[in-house]
Amino acid sequence: MSEPQTLIDKLWSAHEIVRRDDGAALLWVDRHYVHEGSFHAFSQMKTRGRAVAEPQLTFGVADHYVPTRGRGNDIANPEIAAMVRNFEANAAENHITLFGLRDPRQGIVHVVGPEQGLTLPGLLIVCGDSHTSTHGAFGAYAFGIGASEVAHVLMTQTLWQKRPKRMRIVVDGTAAPGIASKDIALATIAHIGADGAQGHAIEFAGKAIRALTMEGRMTLCNMSIEAGGRCGVVAPDATTFAYLNARPYVPKGADFDRAVEAWSKLASDDDAVFDREVRLDASAIVPIVTWGTTPDDALPVDARAPDPSRETDSMRANYVREALDYMGIAPGTKLTDITVDRVFIGSCTNARIEDLRAAAAVLAGRVSKVPGLVSPGSSTIKRQAEAEGLDRIFRDAGLEWADSGCSMCVGINGDLVPSGERCASTTNRNFRGRQGPGARTHLMSPAMVAAAAVSGHLADVRPLLAGRKL
Amino acid sequence: MEKFIRLTAKACPLMIPNLNTDQILPARYLKWPRSKGLGAVLFHDFRLDAEGRQRADIPFNQDAHRDARILLAGRNFGGGSSREAAVYALYDHGFRCVIAPSFGDIFAQNAVKNGLLTAVATEAEIAELAAAISADPAQTIDVDLERQTISSGTWNCTFMIDPISRNQLLNGWDDVDLTDSYREQVTAFRAKDKAARPWVAPKTM
Ligand code: SF4
Repeated sequence: MSEPQTLIDKLWSAHEIVRRDDGAALLWVDRHYVHEGSFHAFSQMKTRGRAVAEPQLTFGVADHYVPTRGRGNDIANPEIAAMVRNFEANAAENHITLFGLRDPRQGIVHVVGPEQGLTLPGLLIVCGDSHTSTHGAFGAYAFGIGASEVAHVLMTQTLWQKRPKRMRIVVDGTAAPGIASKDIALATIAHIGADGAQGHAIEFAGKAIRALTMEGRMTLCNMSIEAGGRCGVVAPDATTFAYLNARPYVPKGADFDRAVEAWSKLASDDDAVFDREVRLDASAIVPIVTWGTTPDDALPVDARAPDPSRETDSMRANYVREALDYMGIAPGTKLTDITVDRVFIGSCTNARIEDLRAAAAVLAGRVSKVPGLVSPGSSTIKRQAEAEGLDRIFRDAGLEWADSGCSMCVGINGDLVPSGERCASTTNRNFRGRQGPGARTHLMSPAMVAAAAVSGHLADVRPLLAGRKL
Repeated sequence: MEKFIRLTAKACPLMIPNLNTDQILPARYLKWPRSKGLGAVLFHDFRLDAEGRQRADIPFNQDAHRDARILLAGRNFGGGSSREAAVYALYDHGFRCVIAPSFGDIFAQNAVKNGLLTAVATEAEIAELAAAISADPAQTIDVDLERQTISSGTWNCTFMIDPISRNQLLNGWDDVDLTDSYREQVTAFRAKDKAARPWVAPKTM
């Protein structure tokens, strides 16, 4: 009998072409997603006089720089307009299918890939973006790479990689109503640290993970990079197959059945050994917000901000002091006393239809005390939300309903949080300046952002859900 | 790619944990072509205070460290975004080596592809080095990749790097050339895999 294997090992072995003596493996890439930011890679390829090796396995999505307002007009900022134009030209020249600015399927790359059925179980997927880990929700081995590696994949459809260590994060128990996948993700990151999974591929398992929808699993795998993980993966199951069935690029009919048969084998063997195991109890997880400048600065919303004078480690005390100073929070402040200046609902982490529904369930019939922006994860989701009347709920609450893109997650399209302002955000990074120079970001779930909007300060969403349909 | 075998140079301490790639190179510079001079905007926002003045407490802002080629950094250096331009900014500013207790995985991968050495030493060792450098910024550090040692005067320690990255840096290997030498294996794999996993090919409508 062969040795029991983890899902991570199975996915790795299925893509290994050769392995060098020093351990480096050449892996076959099944899907390559590119975006406007991939321009360094296209120029590296051109410099070498090479072409895209497998254009039919490469898909382009315009997301990072696209405007979220006034799409009918030309892009006002000439530099940004050039980025989008250059990307479209690169895609056309290289015969790459493009979901461009005016394509009805346009959206954020990590939302569009799964939505179009391009992301499938068992695939090895790469993209020049760290949140490529999102696609692991389907049982794909998906990770972010840099420009030189993007260029290498464009030219060869392969990639040299070092085999990662394997970590299993088991979340047992049942999450209480009002607790989102984002809360599980932030609780996990707070538990293991922003570099807790460095050098590891993570498999998420356990009852609470099985209970998550595909949207929830995507949020979780998306955030695995915020724990430093190379990728996150969930074994595919009936939930996965039901999500995939009949999506545009997914095999149809008997082909689909045969694929499901193969995908069903993608699970860790019972006795498979992981390099590290972490266990969490979902029933103990409460709504979580971040207070500082890395995603592991996360606490239950009913807690107080830390106090550097109580830290025993001097380096830690220094870090806490600087983070609180940047965030404009006094040591020991009750988190629910922190007022916000605006809210943002968007990004590849939390802007899928379910996320919009969760926020709308809180906002319905209420008014936001602060301005805010809602940017759906894709143009498809935008249309679906409008068909469900969610856009009306956001607008009636006083929030702006915009087009789809990375938007205020990273601000490079011009959607910025002004310096010194505080934003309750459904995004993934509360780094200094992430949403704009001097911007202060608090990460939380979509429902918690809605709670902050109607309260004007960080707030527990649970009392606001009383008597509402979830 | 330029080889990295050994370097003797001045260093700059920047002992802050979790210095992510957003701090190394703010996102608004990502649309710049490399030729525009990314080295000049390295750590752009991080080195400034709320009023936009250069923070005096950061050695990176001090003249004594201007020509440093080795960066002494804190835990989890280069986590976050996969932006390779963060490595370009460090390299084009003149850095050839970062010594830290740990690195973001994607950053470390990007670094090796560009000839920037990421050397892993313990927090205590780096703190000792940083203290010595702060006391005498003119002092040089010697980093030897073949022997995996860091030394300065009579002080020395070893450092870690995975053997794959070490090989690539020592030889200045180019990945694409290397992959081209395995073309036969790639073609064979592709054919076999197509038959074994027919569902992988994207179905057009
Ligand atoms: S939404 Fe944010 S995290 Fe996601 S791909 Fe865009 S910039 Fe990256």
